[in-house]
Amino acid sequence: MATTTDTVLEVCDLRTHFHTDDGLVKAVDGVSFSVRRGETLGLVGESGSGKSVACLSALRLVPTPPAAHPSGVIRFAGKDLLTLPERDLERLRGNRLAMIFQDPLTALNPYLSVGRQLTEVLEVHEGATPAAARRAAIEMLTRVGIPAAGQRIDQYPHQFSGGMRQRVMIAMALLCGPEVLFADEPTTALDVTIQAQILDLIGELQASLGTAVVLVTHDLGVVAGTADRVAVMYAGRIVEEGTTAEVFANPLHPYTQGLLASMPRIDTPSRQRLAAIPGLPPDLGQLPSGCPFHPRCQQAGDRCRQAYPEVVIASPTHRAACWETEAVS
Amino acid sequence: MTVVPAKAAPLLIVDDLAVRFPVPRAGGWLAQRQGEVRAVDGVSFSVAKGETLGLVGESGCGKSTTGRAVLQLLRPAAGKVIFDGEPIHEYWRRQGGRWVWESRLRDLRQRLQMIFQDPFASLNPRMTVEAILAEPLRNFGIAAGSQRRERIQQLLQTVGMDPRAIRRYPHEFSGGQRQRIGIARALALGPDLIVADEPISALDVSIQAQIINLLADLRERLGLTLILIAHDLAAVRHISDRIAVMYLGRIVEMAPAQTIIDQPRHPYTQALISAVPLPDPARERSRQRTILTGELPSPVSPPSGCPFHTRCPLREERCRHDVPVLQQITPGHQVACHLVE
Repeated sequence: MATTTDTVLEVCDLRTHFHTDDGLVKAVDGVSFSVRRGETLGLVGESGSGKSVACLSALRLVPTPPAAHPSGVIRFAGKDLLTLPERDLERLRGNRLAMIFQDPLTALNPYLSVGRQLTEVLEVHEGATPAAARRAAIEMLTRVGIPAAGQRIDQYPHQFSGGMRQRVMIAMALLCGPEVLFADEPTTALDVTIQAQILDLIGELQASLGTAVVLVTHDLGVVAGTADRVAVMYAGRIVEEGTTAEVFANPLHPYTQGLLASMPRIDTPSRQRLAAIPGLPPDLGQLPSGCPFHPRCQQAGDRCRQAYPEVVIASPTHRAACWETEAVS
Repeated sequence: MTVVPAKAAPLLIVDDLAVRFPVPRAGGWLAQRQGEVRAVDGVSFSVAKGETLGLVGESGCGKSTTGRAVLQLLRPAAGKVIFDGEPIHEYWRRQGGRWVWESRLRDLRQRLQMIFQDPFASLNPRMTVEAILAEPLRNFGIAAGSQRRERIQQLLQTVGMDPRAIRRYPHEFSGGQRQRIGIARALALGPDLIVADEPISALDVSIQAQIINLLADLRERLGLTLILIAHDLAAVRHISDRIAVMYLGRIVEMAPAQTIIDQPRHPYTQALISAVPLPDPARERSRQRTILTGELPSPVSPPSGCPFHTRCPLREERCRHDVPVLQQITPGHQVACHLVE
């Protein structure tokens, strides 16, 4: 088990708000988390929960406007990423901090060969010569499982299948051996048999490079298999956080409980009616009072309508924001 | 859950169905129309009245194409589709160089409906909910005036929506509610058979369960026969009586839903099931995984022999040459694999 001194990235009280025609949308509203060297943190939530915006904000990739400049502190390598001059941040992005996206077809430049896009990273960040960069790129493509990498490096993104494109993006993200990798739904667009290959690959590379991974996903099954710790987001906030074992064995927040109960799974003995969470995720521009989950929560009481819940601590690593849950320690 | 007696006359019989699409020969847009993709090849199955058949497989396996060909939204290149005794694959005629439906097929359309994947693309954004649901009723001259409105309000209630929603437009609804509107539209004409093509894959996790439950309820209440097309094996299993697994345009295994999960016999089905993540850390990390190597071959140039042999961990020499046929190994369980006796 890693110690706290291994923490490579720490996000404190991150807030990213958008000014829209419908008013102020608090996409991320007071989110804090950290990741350690070699660790995988699963950031789980549905669309609009703020999980992707939180990652984009950490790398300052959210365009402002419409977003207001994110507030909070993001500590990495002794610096605060939110106040770092743009030029210093550029030296870290794609180098010590990398990101892979859900849809590799939109994240890769269709006009540039895969090789050009890969070598650029090395030439910019490490001052590699074109020949050395090309050698390193071919080596990394081979490592992520692209056959005949020496030939395929000169092809364009559309000449690769979805799974292969995702491998190209992973190769690009890992070329400089980043300390933190944000993976935003990296397998959502892929078929399950390819998903299994890609998750395996990320795990292998992570183990050999010691990279900390923030894995953004809506799929609790993916989290169960890959994450060391889990943070569950709802309406822009983390509502529960713990080790993967804790959160799955003893979910504290009714939303986490609901998500786990509503998932169809193949290992239950017979077909049962799914315990669906009633209602809809809230409109971020018009959040309900108190706990934003209360309109969908079967356990909600008066307090839940009035004030945002205090944190319940179940163990040094496991906590949730809920008025009604009982912490069993 | 009602178990459909095996003796019940099937509502739908699909026999040796094939669908082909023309593809341009390599060489760009100047090339002449040349080869063809066998999107669906030799697919046979039947569905009993009130039964739900799940059709699963990965992208490009031909499951959606099969669904469309069953409903005659695509004209099959070969094979038969018999719906309630009527050979609907024959109900086409040539008109001005194109194939069009005969009027008999148009009339049967009331009994054959479809639910689409993307509730954002399948509802006309300029039409109110009332207009969307009135369209099928008007086309078939069912109910008029206040009766029609009543019918529409009933439909909305059937799918768990507020009947006052009739004056609103699709953009005012969330994805899950739009999918309910799509389901209401499919139910408007009181169909016997519904093909639902990935009805939940565009929805949020907490909403998927609501729609799965709704489909299960409707099937019980209205006695619907369903073909549920999806890549999500776990979701399909929850409401299917039987499941057919497709790979590169063919059915490779078909069995009762629980049998497919508990005793998969085809190496592809086994790999597919082992790749479905379990939301349980201890079991997920301890279970045996079959991770397939390689990519799905292109359906334009499918492999010789067994279509799965390029990725199969158990392949033998004969798998490269001979196409395995779907054979019954136990009653109701069919597998297309040379290695399964």
